[in-house]
Amino acid sequence: MTNNLKSIINPARSDRLFRIAAGGSAILVVALLAALLIQLGVGSAPAWRKFGLGFLIGTGWDPVANVYGALPSIAGTLLTTALALIIAIPPAFVTALWLVDAPPGIGEVLSQALDLLAAIPSVIYGMWGLFILVPLMQNRIQPFLSDTLHLGKIPFFGEYGNGFGFLTASLILALMILPYMSAVMRNVFQMTPSMLRESAFGIGCTRWETAKDIVMRYGIRGLLGGIFIGLGRALGETMAVLFVIGNVTTVPKSLYDSGTTIAATLANNFGEADGIMRAVLFALGLVLLLLALGVQVLAQYYLMMTGAKRGEQ
Amino acid sequence: MKKNLFRTFAALALSLPVVASAADLTISGAGASFPAPVYRVWTYDYGQSTGNKVEIAYQSIGSGAGINQIKDKTVDFAGSDAALTKAELDKFGLFQFPMLTGGVVIVVNLRGVPANTLKLDQAAVSGIFLGDIMAWDDPAIQKLNPGVKLPHVRITVVHRSDSSGTSFIFTNYMAKISKKWADTVGCGKAVKWPVGIGGQKNPGVCNNVARVNGSIGYTEYTYAIESNLSMVALKNRDGKFVVPNPKTFSAAGANADWKNAPGFYMVLTDQPGAESWPITGVTYILVYRDQKDAKKAEGMLKYFNWCFTTGANAALKLHYVPLAPSVVEMVRNAWKADLSCGGAPINY
Repeated sequence: MTNNLKSIINPARSDRLFRIAAGGSAILVVALLAALLIQLGVGSAPAWRKFGLGFLIGTGWDPVANVYGALPSIAGTLLTTALALIIAIPPAFVTALWLVDAPPGIGEVLSQALDLLAAIPSVIYGMWGLFILVPLMQNRIQPFLSDTLHLGKIPFFGEYGNGFGFLTASLILALMILPYMSAVMRNVFQMTPSMLRESAFGIGCTRWETAKDIVMRYGIRGLLGGIFIGLGRALGETMAVLFVIGNVTTVPKSLYDSGTTIAATLANNFGEADGIMRAVLFALGLVLLLLALGVQVLAQYYLMMTGAKRGEQ
Repeated sequence: MKKNLFRTFAALALSLPVVASAADLTISGAGASFPAPVYRVWTYDYGQSTGNKVEIAYQSIGSGAGINQIKDKTVDFAGSDAALTKAELDKFGLFQFPMLTGGVVIVVNLRGVPANTLKLDQAAVSGIFLGDIMAWDDPAIQKLNPGVKLPHVRITVVHRSDSSGTSFIFTNYMAKISKKWADTVGCGKAVKWPVGIGGQKNPGVCNNVARVNGSIGYTEYTYAIESNLSMVALKNRDGKFVVPNPKTFSAAGANADWKNAPGFYMVLTDQPGAESWPITGVTYILVYRDQKDAKKAEGMLKYFNWCFTTGANAALKLHYVPLAPSVVEMVRNAWKADLSCGGAPINY
């Protein structure tokens, strides 16, 4: 036994073992992604054969006649994600900015609270949304927006409804991704060398100028990383959205409309699906994966293009 | 240290199978959520009555999913609210028999209207669910409820977002009472809903109805009672208003002609009879015609027989209607005639 143990902790050998384990894990990630793509591709093949690329812009969803289109789900996913980001990025950014310079006592407590918020399971947010936010939207917020502020005349607001729908779902999503993004941004801001920041203050920069020109520039990659973590979570979020979005497969015409997202459509239908519907759901899964991939690639491309401007090598 | 660890693991590994098979026989089923409250009580009570020697595990994952599972042979029996036709049964070598009758009810949440007072007829129900009637003070609804001052509140229809046997029973009823529904929507476990929002499973529908003022939805009776929602009285085929309860559910089943129903295929919606609740459904059990494991087959039939006899009381307590003794007798005869294990009859 002891001999065995010794041979395991033999430095040269353990080094090799570690390299194999680490390399293997890294390759496993790629292999998993490939396997996922293949599975989704094979599973969705009947749907592509039947509907062609028109599936992507089809608006029907009729399980009796077996006619399916992906546009309602795709549009819903993009709309909720975009809205959630618009709502969540500014507060996430200023929260992170403030936390870096916060008085030590309060800063510690708030940072902990932020991390805790990021760890709350999404189903809890969904239940909170259903029990608190939906009645609040129906009875207070939507009448306020439409009747008091007269936003009803603006396209995309329209007549308010029952509290469910895109606006509610986006609010929940924003609330969910805010702590995530804020926590990542805070960590990035903390990495800015204090010498740089102090020099900025030294030459008379205001706090905002320091944040904008020093901290943000220095940590742009991490900052975008934080946003992309939020975006990724919003794209794929299922339960919290499913609770409050209304689960109707129609293309949204108004912010108050009920609708669906790709993830919610999958969760609602996968258990019972067979035949062509199962293939359709696989196809939707593939679209979601490609959407996430596309966003990732675009972000990398943007960083590459603007790298020189920021003085990166 | 290391040796000790090994010992602990070995002991753990050895004890695992022992823990898993505390029961001598485990029978697994999956499917319909409509009868799930009864199945939960039954599996527990039956386990107790056999001294936990036989364990029945039922997962309420929905009728369609249950059928998929039994086709994949991952479960021993499936529960379904939508009966399979004789042709479908023969294709997969399956056998189906009815287990329980229950009611689907229409629930509303309408502030200012006393609970359980609202009355609707066929035209009003189909108008609401088709989206032709948009507000609660619509004359079509008001004229049926002369004593009630209906508010001018927009109607929010709540339906199931997942595929479900409850939806099958409801849309089957809708297709029978409304030609427009039959032509434009049809009948199925999932359909293209003309209006409304979706809730996941029965509790999801109840939750959404409870949250939204002016909403109307359909759900299985027990869930409506558990969620304390206001139920609607419906005009039935004979033109009488009936309230949903086990009495009116069983009245709907009274005239059913089981003898001439191949494979026990029966839908109890919109049945004649002054007392008949119009959205009544039958829930089914599916098993393989040719059983592979004699012990399991025997245990299963013993359990189902127990459900029909001892279990009937528990079902009544949960507001479901057990099958009439004459129908149970027909089911037993069908077991004898159609089920076998490796060619030999199954004794239970």
